[in-house]
Amino acid sequence: MAEKQNKKSILQTLGESQVWKSIIRSGVPHTRRQRMHAILGSVFLHLHPARLPKHAVKVGYTWCMGGLSFFLFVNLTITGILLMFYYRPTVEYAYTDVIDLTEQVPLGIMRELHRWAAHAMVLVVWLHMLRVFMTGSYKPPREFNWGVGVLLMTMTMFLSFTGYLLPWDQLAIWAVTVGSNMARAHPFIGHEGPGASLLAIGDINLVHIGSDVRFALIGGRFVGEATLLRFYVIHCIAVPFIMMIFMAVHFWRIRKDGGISGPL
Amino acid sequence: MLETIKHTVDYLSAPTISFSILTVVTPILFPPTDWFDNINRKLGFYLLWTKKGCAVAMVVITAFFAIGYMDKNFSVILMKGDNFPIVLMVYSIFFFTWLGMHKAYINDERIEQGLKPSEYNDPDDKVLVWPDLVYIEFIALILFTVFLVVWSILVAAPLEEPANPAATPNPSKAPWYFLGLQEMLVYYDPWIAGILLPLFCILGLMAIPYMDINKKGDGYYSFKERRVGIFIFMYGWIVLWLFLIVLGTFFRGPNWNFYGPFEYWDAHKVVALNNVNLSEYFWVKLLGTGLPDNILLREVVGFIMVGVYLFILPIILAKTWLKDMLEAYGPIRFVSLMVFGLVMLSLPLKMYFRWIFNLKYFIAIPEFFFNI
Repeated sequence: MAEKQNKKSILQTLGESQVWKSIIRSGVPHTRRQRMHAILGSVFLHLHPARLPKHAVKVGYTWCMGGLSFFLFVNLTITGILLMFYYRPTVEYAYTDVIDLTEQVPLGIMRELHRWAAHAMVLVVWLHMLRVFMTGSYKPPREFNWGVGVLLMTMTMFLSFTGYLLPWDQLAIWAVTVGSNMARAHPFIGHEGPGASLLAIGDINLVHIGSDVRFALIGGRFVGEATLLRFYVIHCIAVPFIMMIFMAVHFWRIRKDGGISGPL
Repeated sequence: MLETIKHTVDYLSAPTISFSILTVVTPILFPPTDWFDNINRKLGFYLLWTKKGCAVAMVVITAFFAIGYMDKNFSVILMKGDNFPIVLMVYSIFFFTWLGMHKAYINDERIEQGLKPSEYNDPDDKVLVWPDLVYIEFIALILFTVFLVVWSILVAAPLEEPANPAATPNPSKAPWYFLGLQEMLVYYDPWIAGILLPLFCILGLMAIPYMDINKKGDGYYSFKERRVGIFIFMYGWIVLWLFLIVLGTFFRGPNWNFYGPFEYWDAHKVVALNNVNLSEYFWVKLLGTGLPDNILLREVVGFIMVGVYLFILPIILAKTWLKDMLEAYGPIRFVSLMVFGLVMLSLPLKMYFRWIFNLKYFIAIPEFFFNI
């Protein structure tokens, strides 16, 4: 019996090795103190506090939706990077590259994973909002973070929208045509919006089809080559970049505003 | 029998009927006042938030989709890869709304008995994140990954014919999460449906924490303590956003005409469209004169109506009905509540003006693209 207890498991041996300790900073945690240290000493895990009130770890309270939103963002970043290896954002190649992605590339479900994760993310973010609303977690001192969350949700939908164009099929260009046509009607800065015709010098309209906000968005008078490139850059770089900044603020504020909400 | 059900569903899903049903049902399901609460109790609507209610509703939803997948018309719409998220949406939104309300009812009862909400634990009795939270996160992550991989293997991402700017599909639809906005285009011009209302959605959502001065219900599920707020949110979110998405996906066919879910998308369906502007009602039908040449004079009735709705109505309300509210909320909160509330309410109002009076625009100045 005593011999058995003295025998160390592989996990224990590993946890006490120099290599493990140099990376993780603490051994396999056994005591309360070590377990707290495991959270505090890790750059990834220290997003969390070391200790939480009991209700905060219940799926019934949080629905895991906030964490899943972040997980889906990471998931989409990884699958997105893999897709970028094969995809060229030009009218000539875009569509055939997408076909290649499913038919030629090993593990040909990356596009599916990316697309369904994107749809799921929109849904999960909405459900996260529902949870936060139903628990009244936007109330002081968390007002600002709710606002950040609303902007993150808007960006999620915009990301999904810009990605919709990239396969360059009928579904893509017409959905984006319908969507971007709304920008025509932007007051003052859309060429078919109220007030746009007032912005004129004599007979010369300042806001016309070749200079309005829709032109800026799609890089042309209709959805074409320039739109594809523009949406590609917005989708892959611009919005994710801004979103990461907002996410940093969102997570940081959760901690600063007193951690997860709960009854007093 | 099945045919009768299908015809009934087709009939009920017409926007005029389904939207009206939801508009009537929402305040009873989420009663903002005692009056609605009494109706809720009498009709037994609260039973939806019990476990049995959940099961029954799930069976109904499943039956609807099961019949749908077997129906030759509806299955065409349902089988589109990008429409699967809507099926998921219907299930998940119902389930999580149910879960929230279910827990809220439990807490409401506890609070009535003078107990703390069920989420409450002794503040000194905390759990460690390692391993209590980390392993839950890990399991959630694995389960969701499995779900995504299975979904990806089973359903191929949609890819239609190569883009062709010369061939416009009929109907052309925006991505599903924007179909609510596209549906609003039926009633409002793009500058309102596509720019103003989305902007108001975002700003209105962001303003919620600053407009809601009710300190109760922070950090636990509850309904009674926050019933007005929850009702407004649910009406805006479920009826004016999610339902319009379902409507736009399942019930809108060629030329954006209404088709019941089990109805064949006949592109030649004839729909009477005789929408009339308010100015025409006033000058031509009522006064019997032609439309005046002066634009402002022509649209004067519309300007008065919109002006009264947006500017005079809040003042009247502030002096009479909502006097106490103005005092409690202060002028800035009151004005923002009025602005966001009235703009939100303008959507159903406009819908009913369209359905009942065939009214197209209150103010119609196509010369400046200014139509309301």
